[in-house]
Amino acid sequence: MQAAFAIIAALTLVSAIAAMSLRNLVHCALCLAVAFAGLAAMYLQLDAQFVGFAQVLVYIGAVAILVVFAILLTRSGQPVPHSVVSRSWIAGVAIAVLVFCVLTRVILSSSVSQRSLPAKPSPTVREIGNQLMTWYVLPLQVIGLLLTAATIGAVIIAMNERKSAGGDHRVTADQGHGHGHLAAPTGLNEGNATSIASETGSESPAHYPQPEREREVLAK
Amino acid sequence: MIIGEFFRGLFLMIWRVATDQPEAKADLLAVFPPSARPVISAVLTVSPIIGIFATLFALTTLLERKGLGRIQNRLGPNRVGPFGILQPVADGLKMLTKEDIIPRSADALVHFLAPVVLAVPTILAFAVLPYGRNLVPVDMDAGILFFFAVGASTELAIFMAGWSSRNKYSLLGAMRAIAQMISYEIPLIISSVSVIMIAGSLSPVEIIAQQGRYLAGGFVPHWFVLTPWGLAGFIMFLIASLAESNRSPFDIPEAESELIAGHLTEYSGFKYALFFMAEYFGMFAVSGLAVTLFLGGWHAPFEFLEIVPSYVWFFAKLMGLVCLFIWVRGTVPRLRVDQLLNFAWKFMLPLSLLNLVVAAVWHFTAAWEFPGAGLGRWLLGAVMIGVPYVWLGRALSGSKKITQRTYRFAD
Repeated sequence: MQAAFAIIAALTLVSAIAAMSLRNLVHCALCLAVAFAGLAAMYLQLDAQFVGFAQVLVYIGAVAILVVFAILLTRSGQPVPHSVVSRSWIAGVAIAVLVFCVLTRVILSSSVSQRSLPAKPSPTVREIGNQLMTWYVLPLQVIGLLLTAATIGAVIIAMNERKSAGGDHRVTADQGHGHGHLAAPTGLNEGNATSIASETGSESPAHYPQPEREREVLAK
Repeated sequence: MIIGEFFRGLFLMIWRVATDQPEAKADLLAVFPPSARPVISAVLTVSPIIGIFATLFALTTLLERKGLGRIQNRLGPNRVGPFGILQPVADGLKMLTKEDIIPRSADALVHFLAPVVLAVPTILAFAVLPYGRNLVPVDMDAGILFFFAVGASTELAIFMAGWSSRNKYSLLGAMRAIAQMISYEIPLIISSVSVIMIAGSLSPVEIIAQQGRYLAGGFVPHWFVLTPWGLAGFIMFLIASLAESNRSPFDIPEAESELIAGHLTEYSGFKYALFFMAEYFGMFAVSGLAVTLFLGGWHAPFEFLEIVPSYVWFFAKLMGLVCLFIWVRGTVPRLRVDQLLNFAWKFMLPLSLLNLVVAAVWHFTAAWEFPGAGLGRWLLGAVMIGVPYVWLGRALSGSKKITQRTYRFAD
């Protein structure tokens, strides 16, 4: 048990540090995904199945993908030439250690550390479901409402851009940032433009921004 | 003496697995010292899964090539062995001996890791499926959630493959794959949520136990696919799982004619074979989940057939679904990206949400007592899902003007 914890903790820490310090942004994102996986393993080791699986499903399945997409669509994938570590890192580390010491001292001297550990609960998935649907149903619904509002807002933003600028605006944006990276050095860039851009007649406007974007990149 | 005990345990294990008895491993494990038992137990569970599904993979590639050949009015592979049945062996040897090419500008580490990262979760997904009456590798309380969690982590592997190849086709293929998998994951999960709601459990074993009854004198099984919400959910689950496993008609991420092979373009040799294997393993896993959720798992279709060992039924249903997938691949043309995503977001998502409501109505009408209540309930559910299906389908296709296409470059 101790060995497993040590391995998971080391993996999580090393990949978290790598996610902060590597130069290539995509490598950083992948390391971040490894750190998420390490956290999920930690939850599973603590017998928190639901939290562990939800961590994998949400953070690796969605958040990491979102980060990667954002990197690809906004800036070029070239690594930065200079080091990403600031020159005043010694001062930063010293301050961090100092804060850590102060916090440890405060926690150890407070009454929290004297409190005895509560009995280990056995939160089965069924128990969590019951709690969510009875005692915590209002917070759950508020979160649901918030997320729905955010989704509708995102859709409205995407639709307005298309209507007002007629698509031209986005093509130039692609030229500026996204396309520079997407064009890998193959020299075969005209081949597949015909397959997608040439079909007229049965097109309907895509409200989901992704295919639209890809089509514009392809069409060039 | 200990060797005799070992072989006795081994024989007992095989006998108990073959005859659906519980505690198959107990006698064999008793031979080993207690500290080694967890590891030995895990090996005994994992190795048959990998062996059986690898064999099934080889058989399915042959079945697919033969079946597609038959659909397309040609012979298919027939040179290696009698009727070409040794073709998978030849393919495997070819993959092993091919040169492993890494493009010069590729990101070598990520390029190497991508097939590994893809293969691990696809094999992990087999851990929670119940293969027979007492044959479940890990009986987990949150088994379905585990399945979807490991399924979601394959998307990152496909992105790694596409990005690290430094090839435009690879990257476009990977981005298409991710857009498609994220879009279809939602209907996939929501259509299985209806089963979870009715069964009241996330455990595959419990879901199968709830489908184990028989009605009408043992001739109508109590499978969820025979309810209106279950039928609609099953069809949506099948469509979404076709998309999740990147198979035709949803194979736009690796569309040979437009993207060469998408994220697979720069892979050769055994790494390519790993991708290929992971794709088929993913198909087996998601079909196994469909069998578990909707088709009664390892239960026989009629009560008197329950004497046949349960795993036979599971694998028969699994191969039936795989044959359906091959049939679909042979007959349906590939969709375009925008059609595919519109279909997911405008058609599948609303219908699968509605299916949840139908399942809820089904749950609360269970107490109906008047004569003909069963039929009435069934018809109510069918109307609730059928009318919106027709209406939504008409509304979405009616807004398009379907005219003759003009091809700008081909005329």
